[in-house]
Amino acid sequence: MKPAAFDFVRAESLEEALETLAAHGGDARVIAGGQSLLPMLNMRLAKPAVLVDIMGLPALRAIRREGDAIIVPAGVRQAELLASAELAAQPLLAAALPFLGHYQTRSRGTVCGSAAHADPSAEIPLCLVALGGEVRLRTRRKARRVPAADFFTGMMTTAKADDELIEAVAFPLAKPGSAYAFKEYSRRHGDFAIVGCAARVASDAIELSVCGVADKPERRAFPRLSGAALDDALNAFAWELDARDDLHASARLRRDLVRAMGRAVIEEAARCLA
Amino acid sequence: MPRLSAQVRHDVRFTLNGRPARVAAEPRLLATDALRHGAGLTGTHVGCEHGVCGACTILIDGVPARACLTLAVQLEGRAVRTVEGLAPAPDRLSVLQEAFRRHHALHCGFCTAGILMSVDAFLKETPDPQAHHVREVVGGHLCRCTGYSAIVAAVLDAAATLRGDESNV
Amino acid sequence: MRVEGVAWTGQSLPRVEDAALLSGRGRFIDDLGVRSGTLEAAILRSPHAHADIVAIDTAAALALPGVAAVVTGRDLAALTLPMVAGLKVNVENWPMAVDRVRYVGEPVAVVVAETRYLAEDALDAVAVDYAPRPAILDPMASIDPSAPLLHEQSGGNLVSDRRFSYGDPEGAFAAAERVFEITVRYPRNTGAPMETFGVIAEYDPFEGVYDIRANFQGPFSIHTVLARTLKVPGNRLRMRMPPDSGGSFGVKQGVAPYAALIAVAARIAGRPVKWIEDRLEHLAGAVAATNRVTTLKAAVTAEGRITALDFDQVEDCGAYPRAPEPATLYRMHGNMTGAYDIAHVAIRNRVALTNKAPTGLVRGFGGPQVYFALERVVQRVAQGLGLDPLDVIRRNLIPTGAFPYRTATGALYDSGDFPAAVALAASEGRLADLKARRAAARAAGRRYGIGFAAAVEPSVSNMGYITTVLTPQERAKAGPKNGAQASATVSIDPTGTVSVTAASTPQGQGHRTVLAQVVADVFGLSPADVRVICELDTGKDAWSIASGNYSSRFAAAVAGAAHLAATRLKDRLAQVAAAQLQAQVGDISFAGGKILAKGGASAPFARISALSHWSPGVLPEGVDQTIRETAFWSAPELTAPDADDHVNSSLCHGFIFDMCGVEVDEVSGAVRIDRYVTMHDCGRVLHPGMVEGQIRGAFAQALGATFLEELAYAEDGAFLTGTFADYLLPTATDVPDIEILHLETPSPFTPLGAKGVGEGNCMSTPVCLANAVADALGVGDIVLPLTPARVAALVDREEPAAPAGTARAAVRPGDRTLRGEGAAFVPAPRAQVWATLLDADALASIIPGCHGVRKLTPTHFTAEVTLGIGPVKGRYEADVKLSDLDAPSAATLSGSVSGALGTGGGAGRVTLTQVEGGTRVSYAYEAAVGGKVAAIGGRLLDGAAKAIIGQFFAALARRAAPDQAGFFARLLGRVTGRRA
Repeated sequence: MKPAAFDFVRAESLEEALETLAAHGGDARVIAGGQSLLPMLNMRLAKPAVLVDIMGLPALRAIRREGDAIIVPAGVRQAELLASAELAAQPLLAAALPFLGHYQTRSRGTVCGSAAHADPSAEIPLCLVALGGEVRLRTRRKARRVPAADFFTGMMTTAKADDELIEAVAFPLAKPGSAYAFKEYSRRHGDFAIVGCAARVASDAIELSVCGVADKPERRAFPRLSGAALDDALNAFAWELDARDDLHASARLRRDLVRAMGRAVIEEAARCLA
Repeated sequence: MPRLSAQVRHDVRFTLNGRPARVAAEPRLLATDALRHGAGLTGTHVGCEHGVCGACTILIDGVPARACLTLAVQLEGRAVRTVEGLAPAPDRLSVLQEAFRRHHALHCGFCTAGILMSVDAFLKETPDPQAHHVREVVGGHLCRCTGYSAIVAAVLDAAATLRGDESNV
Repeated sequence: MRVEGVAWTGQSLPRVEDAALLSGRGRFIDDLGVRSGTLEAAILRSPHAHADIVAIDTAAALALPGVAAVVTGRDLAALTLPMVAGLKVNVENWPMAVDRVRYVGEPVAVVVAETRYLAEDALDAVAVDYAPRPAILDPMASIDPSAPLLHEQSGGNLVSDRRFSYGDPEGAFAAAERVFEITVRYPRNTGAPMETFGVIAEYDPFEGVYDIRANFQGPFSIHTVLARTLKVPGNRLRMRMPPDSGGSFGVKQGVAPYAALIAVAARIAGRPVKWIEDRLEHLAGAVAATNRVTTLKAAVTAEGRITALDFDQVEDCGAYPRAPEPATLYRMHGNMTGAYDIAHVAIRNRVALTNKAPTGLVRGFGGPQVYFALERVVQRVAQGLGLDPLDVIRRNLIPTGAFPYRTATGALYDSGDFPAAVALAASEGRLADLKARRAAARAAGRRYGIGFAAAVEPSVSNMGYITTVLTPQERAKAGPKNGAQASATVSIDPTGTVSVTAASTPQGQGHRTVLAQVVADVFGLSPADVRVICELDTGKDAWSIASGNYSSRFAAAVAGAAHLAATRLKDRLAQVAAAQLQAQVGDISFAGGKILAKGGASAPFARISALSHWSPGVLPEGVDQTIRETAFWSAPELTAPDADDHVNSSLCHGFIFDMCGVEVDEVSGAVRIDRYVTMHDCGRVLHPGMVEGQIRGAFAQALGATFLEELAYAEDGAFLTGTFADYLLPTATDVPDIEILHLETPSPFTPLGAKGVGEGNCMSTPVCLANAVADALGVGDIVLPLTPARVAALVDREEPAAPAGTARAAVRPGDRTLRGEGAAFVPAPRAQVWATLLDADALASIIPGCHGVRKLTPTHFTAEVTLGIGPVKGRYEADVKLSDLDAPSAATLSGSVSGALGTGGGAGRVTLTQVEGGTRVSYAYEAAVGGKVAAIGGRLLDGAAKAIIGQFFAALARRAAPDQAGFFARLLGRVTGRRA
């Protein structure tokens, strides 16, 4: 189980990285933490011609606050975000990150790498969608910002073009008057979620986001429902997500978990709000 | 810009257990193979090569990394520690290693190196962990022999010793 | 520290193995240096469950840099013979496929190159032309005479069918007040040691010798199989085991066929060859425990006394009955009645072949399958009679004082006190409190259950038990096979220090430590004075066919043999000492590193022990030497099966009684273990720390078998659990602490009174937990593994209905076909879309990544395609057909692809509807995926298929209406651009 051959570019500037991507397009892959890419290389599921290592770029290594968002550039490891003081301003992210893989993978894997990989069960994409975050993309010629809801387009598929680099992702800070909650159910601690639920509850609104069910994280907004009306809304959402059976869980279990965990995170956030 | 060609072996220089080291590596050479067969340190084991089992866990700049998910060329300029660097002297074991021995926290010993490296890093940031913290950290490794309880006990015991907490020794 | 005069044996000493392992100085197979010039091998494996190999083209692979040889099945067959199995059946069993593959993962070619990296590069260049055949996966379906045959010459997939009757089962069933029946399907799982297989082999053409280093565990009866396969006499096959092996749990018995394969590759390459199996290979093709379908009937009195059992077992050995199979089915034969006193037993044992990987030794070896049926039936009896399950267990236990006890099927249970052990477990394990917890939980509306399991754990198997599969007439013809030769050698060097070797192949059990303890006690030395080496070399060591590590035979047999060898040497040393110290032999003792005579005279141990080297002339009459003693030991109780098929299948029989309380979450299907108590009687305990480690380790594996682990196959034979993200092992966060209790009744049949202990919980724990879940949910049928979805499905809860328009068609359980539907709008007239769809060139151009089209007919073409999602991309050969044309509104598009990443096939019906401004293209498809992609990407396949098919229709839209699509694309680009 060894990778096929590739060239390795140790980018010393963002321009170098972007130029390599421009030159090779889909045959080049960015490597940061490598926690998603290396398994695919080792299994030869992916055979890029060139890897572009961006971890030598200091500009991509520092978390910063920008207005009402936490900006996490492409070189920031998951453990660094988990340890960041900025996390206090975003309770959903703080609650979700400990579920992301393991201590030994968070220490290497990057936040943007998880976004780029776009696994439908992953926590980072879920948080980005749940919080209405954005993904900042750049090519040699232009930069653009894509709302998370538009960035994730399907199973391991995103709006990122081959010559684009995810420069950073932006997580909006907690909105005043909102409370957040997160829960995840997986077969073992650290596994990809069978279902993950993130809720934001405000005085007049509920937002529930779900990963692990559809082929990308999905968010729905509801009014401040409760009781049977909330059950009905959750049931409709559960069915809309079009859950499938796989080796790890059935569609039925996933719908049950959306209904039950969805309700649980909404109630937990509502309690925090009160 | 430094571009390492696929077909050529490149000199990769780094610090290995506190000493300068160099290996010749094609870009695709995995750090596991570079350490084991290039640098000759076979204590880092290969169990799955897809980042799940944790047997190959090493420390890069002090933080745990799956060596099978790391390219040798990514070690350039880094400080790497492996299980061979844990003991204070060739004929002495570290506190953590001793605790593993005392608690029978290993059987075949194949997964052990990775667990020791994870826990070594973890105890440096969390000197007084709860058992569930330890279970979460060890949870990033697969051990097929022990059933884990002895490992958790050994880690808690080592943490107590390292804190100088005599009551737990 | 040790109290003076107390034996080392029985103490939890620190292990001598640990320091090296803890400091990275272990010597596992991949750590050993190799000879200069050693090449590395990689193995090409079948993506098909069942297919003919039409042709293999190795030219391109051989032309790649660094490639020394490519070995195919035919090359192998030219130099070897098929491997023999325990069954008399006409099935050719090769280490690599010859002309036909029969399971996903079966070796098809071996590439030998300068490095593993280069060898894997060349794997992709080996072109294999397969002609797929229908695959048969279900053992019950496979034994149907109409099923497709795996091996034509065998005459059927049912390769063994034996019926046994002990006592008068018909009479007992006829007289029974009640009969309870259960059918269970035990799943496939495996030991998954953390270290995979490894082989380093070379061939000397002048001496005709194969020299193979491998982390093989034995049994060394397989040495005989390998020598025959390699067509050399036994003394021309040298096998050497590395000092360390990273776990086995039986599985490393399965290194054997690879030892032969790599040896032949080395012979063909003319250089030493090393092969280290990777994890994907291991999960797909190493060794599985058998999956088994068992129907078990129990004849019972109204009081719950079981008078007879009737087993009908159908064993699935996979594609080949590989030696020592069908041993899994017969290992428990003597103890099929478990812990119970049941006089009448009927058994029907059938062996089925299916298109799955071959089976073999896995910890528990037949026990999990048998006890899952037996202990589930015991719970059914209790439920059916309204009794407490523990009362049913108690009423049927073999009574105190009945040992040695002969079972109905022929086992001779050596020792035990089952009622006392159960009573102790109930009191020390606080059963009353467990029941109170259950009552409280249930009162609060929670689902809590209690489970029990009693099991007899056999160890030190009788080499003859496997012959029970033969009829008494066949056995008589072949000659009796029995026993279990264990061997150990104790030697004394000229400095008078003691060394021990044993024909054992430890994989982490701590054998070196225990042997040092045992031998130290014999000589009155400290274990630190005794040096033990366990790295079996069939060229030099004392070994026999029973050598190796399996059937938990170390403590009972191998340590016993070492004790025997040391004792013989000690007896001679006592004679030497008596002469030297002018004392009577009877007055000599060994203690504290000295040899002492009764009157006070003494000498250092080394002074006496070394005399045989330095002054053989002073040895007393009758003592030839005190330099080396090898003991072989086989218990006389291990007799061959008799003419009535009674067999003492194992020498030792430990006892286990487990009980647990679990709480089940009925929505998520999560099962929380509230308490788990396991009571063991494994005879005399030689090292409590190691015994505890074995119990905890076996428990953790059993927990995996109960909740997580299954080597899963799709109905079409695709293998689905090829990574550790799909084949899930328990982690530290999953395994609870358990309470371990002991009762010691030493075995009278073993030198040290010890019995095996490492496998018991693999037998008792799955069914104990299953019984608890059944109790919690009040259900009868439990299928392992108890995944969250399975557990949740056991609860009868009605699902809230789907709002209109969101419901999907129900899918048959177990059906892993990828299905989907969708629609796309094409801004072009229907006729234009239809024309595009019918034009093979156009179609080729819209199939994602399509190139190199070859048009065979107007509606049939082949092409090379690059398919994938995200970074996962592979090149495939595609074969595409259009059929059922209904111009201009519908057509069926079907096709198949195959490539290095796997195979796929599917069909979709495309419907075109004229709508305002263009055409609505709707489609529905069914697809199946096999090979590597199915084995490692299972969780993502559905979405991947959806994405790729979506790409196709997006491309169709672009092609059928290029201008408009381009316009929209530009518009879309501008819109998103503005957002940035």
